[in-house]
Amino acid sequence: MAKNQYIGSTELLAAYVRRDIVDMTHRGGSSHVGSGLSIADILAVLYGDILSVDPSAPRHDNRDRFILSKGHAGAAVYAVLAETGFFEVGRLESHYQNGSVLSGHVSHKGVPGVEFSTGSLGHGLSVAAGMAKAAKLRQKSHKVFVLLSDGECDEGSNWEAILFSSHHKLNNLVAIIDYNKIQSLDSVEATLGLEPFADKFKAFGWNTIEVNGHDHLALKKSFALVSQEKTRPTVLICHTTKGKGVSFMENSVLWHYRSPQGQEYQAASLELQASIQQLEESNHA
Amino acid sequence: MRDAFIDELTSLAKKDPTIMLLTGDLGFGVLTEYAEKFPNQYINVGVAEQNMSGLAAGLALEGYKVYTYSIANFTTLRCLEQIRNDICYHDANVTLVSVGAGFSYGQLGMSHFATEDLAILRALPNMMVVAPSDPWEAKVLTRQMAALSGPKYLRIDKGAGGSEENVADVSLGKGRVVREGSDITIVSLGAILSEALKAAESLASLGISARVLSINTLKPFDESIIFNACRETGGLISVEEHSKIGGLGGTISEACLASNIIPKFFVSIGLIDEYPTMVGDQNFLRDHFDLSAEKIISVALSSLQK
Repeated sequence: MAKNQYIGSTELLAAYVRRDIVDMTHRGGSSHVGSGLSIADILAVLYGDILSVDPSAPRHDNRDRFILSKGHAGAAVYAVLAETGFFEVGRLESHYQNGSVLSGHVSHKGVPGVEFSTGSLGHGLSVAAGMAKAAKLRQKSHKVFVLLSDGECDEGSNWEAILFSSHHKLNNLVAIIDYNKIQSLDSVEATLGLEPFADKFKAFGWNTIEVNGHDHLALKKSFALVSQEKTRPTVLICHTTKGKGVSFMENSVLWHYRSPQGQEYQAASLELQASIQQLEESNHA
Repeated sequence: MRDAFIDELTSLAKKDPTIMLLTGDLGFGVLTEYAEKFPNQYINVGVAEQNMSGLAAGLALEGYKVYTYSIANFTTLRCLEQIRNDICYHDANVTLVSVGAGFSYGQLGMSHFATEDLAILRALPNMMVVAPSDPWEAKVLTRQMAALSGPKYLRIDKGAGGSEENVADVSLGKGRVVREGSDITIVSLGAILSEALKAAESLASLGISARVLSINTLKPFDESIIFNACRETGGLISVEEHSKIGGLGGTISEACLASNIIPKFFVSIGLIDEYPTMVGDQNFLRDHFDLSAEKIISVALSSLQK
């Protein structure tokens, strides 16, 4: 199965996704703008370059599976799916609105391209491991990707799945951690420290890669390493910045819950529009 | 009853390579033959029921018919949110199998009493809730359940007994008239049917004709067999080895009131809203907590006298 049909730079895709996230959380008066901006680059690289998915056949049996386990960043997934052709970009306007199926936490029902619904943390990795195990049993070559937040790693269920996945040699499973070091109320370090984080995965038998989660080239190179791994599941610990792309939202606990309104929305829009313009110009150059 | 389940699953797995049994490291001596015969259709996932339920959803969404197996509350309450979000919301073809209904593990203490499971699982959309009354019925229902997609709960009791000729008319989702009668109806769910039948026998010797119904499926619920009993007999007693809240008695109450079909009397026999602290074998605890044939008889007599 071919890579998806997205034409254009993944940087530009990420910029569109950021603009959509800010618009959606503004229109909905909803939370988690910082959580979405944090993963915009990861999603753009996945959907623009890595995943074998086809917007015209979203349930194709050979597709790569992608689960957003940190379901509260659902707006980011809806945005990247719309921008890569799974559904009309205009549908994003219904996010969080009365009667909409585009819920705050990602849901698959009525939304082409969403693999699995989440919202309660600590569910996605087990489901992904089940899908990866099934792919092995069925001798299929697709991979299963699952994106978790750092705060989500507090959930014990993840560590059950981390044990399982290495024991069963699920080398077709890729966990991606959005390690922006800020969780809901405070920093990860102050809440429930994860360090030495990479060492924990290594001790659990995972192929452990640390990468800048906003560096597209580095992300692509890291994802490319997955296919070389013969026995272990892979984790990409992505060092990220919560709120990335909107200067005043970056590294701020406030923007986990705050919705961009008024002048803040205007300022965020201007900043994102400027980066889109810059990328479009450099693409045309 | 658990042997009947696993025997039937073994014969199903022979014909269907998509059957996948996951166990949370329980089933000593019970699952051995299955595991040896079908190594690619069996995973002991370890003592990790949350992960087991999520894995089950993932496997089911990729085409497997998944069974999660453990005892008491471990396949149900321990991982309830995985069941709700991952299995039920996604309508995944997963059958939760819990061995140890009610006081089956009576000596093991409160952690091992499965006495609220029916109410909790019944509340989940898409979930079918099944409680066989004897090994024969367990076998038939296991086969019938395997033919259906979607989330299902199979509540396995320790209970033995029953006989092959009784299962000719067993049908998933349909209540059974196990004993005809006209004065009163005893509605039973699961293996405590044996107590209901004992009570009916004793009542017969007192000149009281008791109908006995066996409900094998709490959800979807066979309302018509209950409504017929309301119309045709003098009153209803329900009996279950489960909390009175939300189980068989609760389901009957909801159904009758919603349809305005009111029995002449109705008494729900089940556990009161307290944690038992006492242990003992299943019969001892049934007796102690007023779920035995004697209790059914005394309730029947006092209700009929009113």
